[in-house]
Amino acid sequence: MTQLPETTQKKLGLVIDLDTCVGCHACVISCKGWNTENYGAPLSDQDPYGGAGSGTFLNRVHSYEAKPKDGPAQLVHFPKSCLHCEDAPCVTVCPTGASYKRVEDGIVLVNEDNCIGCGLCAWSCPYGAREMDVAEGVMKKCTLCVDRIYNENLPEVDRIPSCVRTCPAGARHFGDLGDPDSDVSKLVAERGGMDLMPEMGTSPVNKYLPPRPKDQMAGKIDLLAPLLTPVAEEATGFMAWLDKTLEKI
Amino acid sequence: MGYQQPNVDTSPKVSDEIRQTTCYMCACRCGINVHMKDGKVAYIEGNRDHPVNKGVLCAKGSAGIMQVNAPSRLKAPLKRVGPRGSGEFEEISWDEALDIATEWLAPIREKNPEKLAFFTGRDQSQSFTSFWAQHFGTPNYAAHGGFCSVNMAAAGIYTMGGAFWEFGQPDWDHTKLFMLFGVAEDHDSNPIKMGLGKIKARGAKVIGVNPIRTGYNAIADEWVGITPGTDGLFILSLIHLLMKAGKIDLDYLARYTNAPVLVNGDETSPEHGLFLRDDDGKPLVVDRKTGKLTAFDKPGVKPDLSATHRAAGITHKPVFHMMAERYLDEQYAPEAVAERCGIPAKQIRAIAGEIARVAFDEAIELDHEWTDFRGEKHKTMTGRPVSFHSMRGVSAHANGFQTARALHVLQIILGTVEVPGGFRFKPPYPKPAEAHPKPHCGVTPGAPLNGPHLGFVHGPDDLMLKEDGSPARIDKAFTWDNPMSSHGLMHMVISNAHAGDPYKIDTLFMYMANMSWNSSMNTKGVMEMLTDKGEDGEYVIPRIIYSDAYSSEMVAYADLILPDTTYLERHDCISLLDRPICEADAAADAIRWPVIEPDRDVRGFQSVLCELGAKLNLPGFVNEDGSQKFADYADYIVNHERRPGVGPLAGFRGDGTEFGRGDVNPEQLDRYIENGGFAVSHIPEGANYYKPWNNAYQDWAVETGLFDSPQPYLFQLYVEPMRKFQLAAEGHGDRQPPDHLREQIKSKMDPLPIWYETDQHGNDGFTVNALTQRPMAMYHSWGTQNAWLRQLHGRNPLYLPTKLMQEHGFEDGDWARVTSPHGEITVPVMEMAALNDNTVWTWNAIGKRKGAWALDTDASEANEGFLLNHLIHELLPAKGDGMRWANSDPVTGQAAWFDLKVKIEKVAAVTESQPAFPAIKSPVATGPKELKWKVGK
Repeated sequence: MTQLPETTQKKLGLVIDLDTCVGCHACVISCKGWNTENYGAPLSDQDPYGGAGSGTFLNRVHSYEAKPKDGPAQLVHFPKSCLHCEDAPCVTVCPTGASYKRVEDGIVLVNEDNCIGCGLCAWSCPYGAREMDVAEGVMKKCTLCVDRIYNENLPEVDRIPSCVRTCPAGARHFGDLGDPDSDVSKLVAERGGMDLMPEMGTSPVNKYLPPRPKDQMAGKIDLLAPLLTPVAEEATGFMAWLDKTLEKI
Repeated sequence: MGYQQPNVDTSPKVSDEIRQTTCYMCACRCGINVHMKDGKVAYIEGNRDHPVNKGVLCAKGSAGIMQVNAPSRLKAPLKRVGPRGSGEFEEISWDEALDIATEWLAPIREKNPEKLAFFTGRDQSQSFTSFWAQHFGTPNYAAHGGFCSVNMAAAGIYTMGGAFWEFGQPDWDHTKLFMLFGVAEDHDSNPIKMGLGKIKARGAKVIGVNPIRTGYNAIADEWVGITPGTDGLFILSLIHLLMKAGKIDLDYLARYTNAPVLVNGDETSPEHGLFLRDDDGKPLVVDRKTGKLTAFDKPGVKPDLSATHRAAGITHKPVFHMMAERYLDEQYAPEAVAERCGIPAKQIRAIAGEIARVAFDEAIELDHEWTDFRGEKHKTMTGRPVSFHSMRGVSAHANGFQTARALHVLQIILGTVEVPGGFRFKPPYPKPAEAHPKPHCGVTPGAPLNGPHLGFVHGPDDLMLKEDGSPARIDKAFTWDNPMSSHGLMHMVISNAHAGDPYKIDTLFMYMANMSWNSSMNTKGVMEMLTDKGEDGEYVIPRIIYSDAYSSEMVAYADLILPDTTYLERHDCISLLDRPICEADAAADAIRWPVIEPDRDVRGFQSVLCELGAKLNLPGFVNEDGSQKFADYADYIVNHERRPGVGPLAGFRGDGTEFGRGDVNPEQLDRYIENGGFAVSHIPEGANYYKPWNNAYQDWAVETGLFDSPQPYLFQLYVEPMRKFQLAAEGHGDRQPPDHLREQIKSKMDPLPIWYETDQHGNDGFTVNALTQRPMAMYHSWGTQNAWLRQLHGRNPLYLPTKLMQEHGFEDGDWARVTSPHGEITVPVMEMAALNDNTVWTWNAIGKRKGAWALDTDASEANEGFLLNHLIHELLPAKGDGMRWANSDPVTGQAAWFDLKVKIEKVAAVTESQPAFPAIKSPVATGPKELKWKVGK
């Protein structure tokens, strides 16, 4: 068993806008690139050119169809990585202390030197957010780019997770969710940001902004119809209207 | 254990060096920072300063590192030693490869240059490759536009002097309603995502019109699950409602379009339907102040949309009258089109209402003073913040040209083109069709062609026909079959060359075009054409030269392979002469440069053309003494001048400070590299909207070298050149179409947008629409099956709507036989609810042939993966008239990929998709069994 800190000074995390995510996987591959070259062991790929190609990814995008009672079906793109939970079961279950939550910012990390690859943390995570690297036999997970966000070798503007920096649609936001005045906290308040599976009692730090209501236009036809009132019923009437209107220009 | 926390190095060294170049993982041309460690590529991210992507980067871009190490990279020039299609090659030296090519090509050039067909696929150096082809002297050159999106491009240029993507973009910062048509996970990949992000951030609305609700359509606030091929009818219904309600911008129409231009109404005249013009050839309007006929551009004229002109007993009406007569007709009422389009009438009305509300009730004004081409000063710039984007989904139908025209006309009647909040051109656009070259086909043995191959025709006189009336080009571009084929018809080249129709060729020379697989219709047939032999035992297409960086399916079908480099190992220019990277507020261009050197015996294709051009003694490629003029492509980029002072790159000319015009600067490439790989020149405020008519913009464009004199023009709601083809079909003029094409020309070359059902001959019993799209993470990427990206999209089931799943009793993973009038495939299916009820689709080009791309033979792409291409033929089913009717748009010749109709049956499970082909022998080894790609220590 490994302890969690009583409190953390910050709650750094991601806010992911499901109304804006187009499911392009830019975040997935940028994450793969940065974390293959950086923190800990590279993210390996087994049989990368064969039938069972399968590698380690710290961030994946899933797609779900929603079928509302009224209106057409919808497709929601759902990026998922470690949510850096306040009550992280993956930390408390770790037998060696390799998994831990940082006091200064709340980031959940794996100290790969102490990881024995037992996989208990992956089993305990209700989100399936941890992946065992097959080549290295250590547990890999989102580090919130801990080696970018404080990195003095990067320009200040780039001290954000690689997935946030690369997201073309701007659907990913990074900040301190422990600070109610931070941009991310305000965004969560404004857009009704949600916890993923709150019933699991993990208090995830990452938040999701829900899709806005869709396919509402035909329901507003009564408001919109007057805008389309014909200026005349016949084409000749249209030309008469045109003459009259042109006089005003 | 008590709480303990190790120390983490939070400031590790990121890289030794950043090298900034241009991405080529697709056609989007984003700026990238390539982080280097120990001379190797360690990490790729977006360049924040770059005008296209401003720091962001898509999945393809970040996966570039897996492209540079790809096991499928070709290693050396190859000479075929086994039968064509076997994949049996021997490696040869570059000297030998170039000698062979010269030996084949020199005699052709001396005797019959048209016997070379040179087609360059997804080439980003078309101004260079066309220059080479022109100097060779063959009329047979084009790139891949004909099978991609020429309908959209040509319709845009003929209508308003530019189209979407490279031609222009929505005013993302001001638009309040954005409407997207077509299969659009694609073109302008990152900028569209960035724009959608901006729109969403401020809560503005997106309407997605697409049979498939994935990608951008998944986040659309309103989804229109339209029946494929009916977009034009839907758009004309919107035009009908907006015109009927008077929700159109009359002031804009009168000032900036040909709506007030008078059309000859004399039915007996050979000029019936053409514009009334003055002695200088200028179209005439009635001036509202004087009531007199006046040239459209006379200072102070107020063109009248309504007034007619009566002379000699004949009434000549303005274009606007003709539009009212056509589009107010009840055949375009929502109730009349709803069923055909698969859209409820109520939704059509609601969308028209929302467009009207935003365009007129939420109009915006920018405080920018400007002067128009008639000399009138405007204190502000009015904006109608509705914008549109469209691409292949609308284009790739045989009614795509007229549909794209309809969309442009919709934008124009709303007054939302080149205004704040609307659609904005990117330099060198706006540029009217008249300012583009016309096509040329004048062949002289041993000498260059008499002008550029591709361009814009303005009537029958501009067609590319020989004296006997037969097509001058192997692809039959610019003929009566498809008169306005501005990008050529690459998809017809192999079929026509095999049939010897219009003539036989000697050598097929291709670049970056996977014609024996996913880039051809009728894939199996094409493989047979490429390997077919005549009675003399020789191949019907005698010689094939191919250049590619990777072991694609096409490699096996060539006789000589010229291996290209990857995009990080080469020079390139993304040129204003070609397909630049401009933004609505700026002209810009960019370069690629070798951020790493190749570790194989490969050469950039363009550099190879410099050497081959010299060996063939092509005038543009040799000095006066006969020596090689350009050592390589970099030399050409810097030193070539298209017009005095105007070269491939606009930036850092002369002493290094000039943009657009200036002397050759030997240090130009170094300046680009120092500047992050690109150059930008911003359009001054006040010049950056209303560009076609804005004096300040026109002057800036001349200064920048985009054109040599101001060229303000009117938007062409009515496209007069189309009417000229109709007149010929009606019997006017010397150049007459063959009788079997008269009706097609009369009906399809309508100068005002129409919608028509595409040719359904042979489709009896085939009722389900079948489409493809590329996934965002692979859009327009033709390189290897990337180790990281294939883990995202390594499979492509056929997606069926719930209704068809239930009707046929399918479960996910069952197998279906899918049949079209041309062929059948057997493939796995999967349910998708967010899909038009009568449409099936799959991801395009996931299916690979065994032995290609250095994949193992058990790769999912080579087993369950499949292509719809087997179901689509380049010709329509025979009609019994002895003619070969192309499966193409009758206006432009664009390949009609998305007209495909199929039927579906459930079949017993099989182990791999059908048809399956034997493995081709790979010229490269397969990849490693495991990747742990860390280049740093």
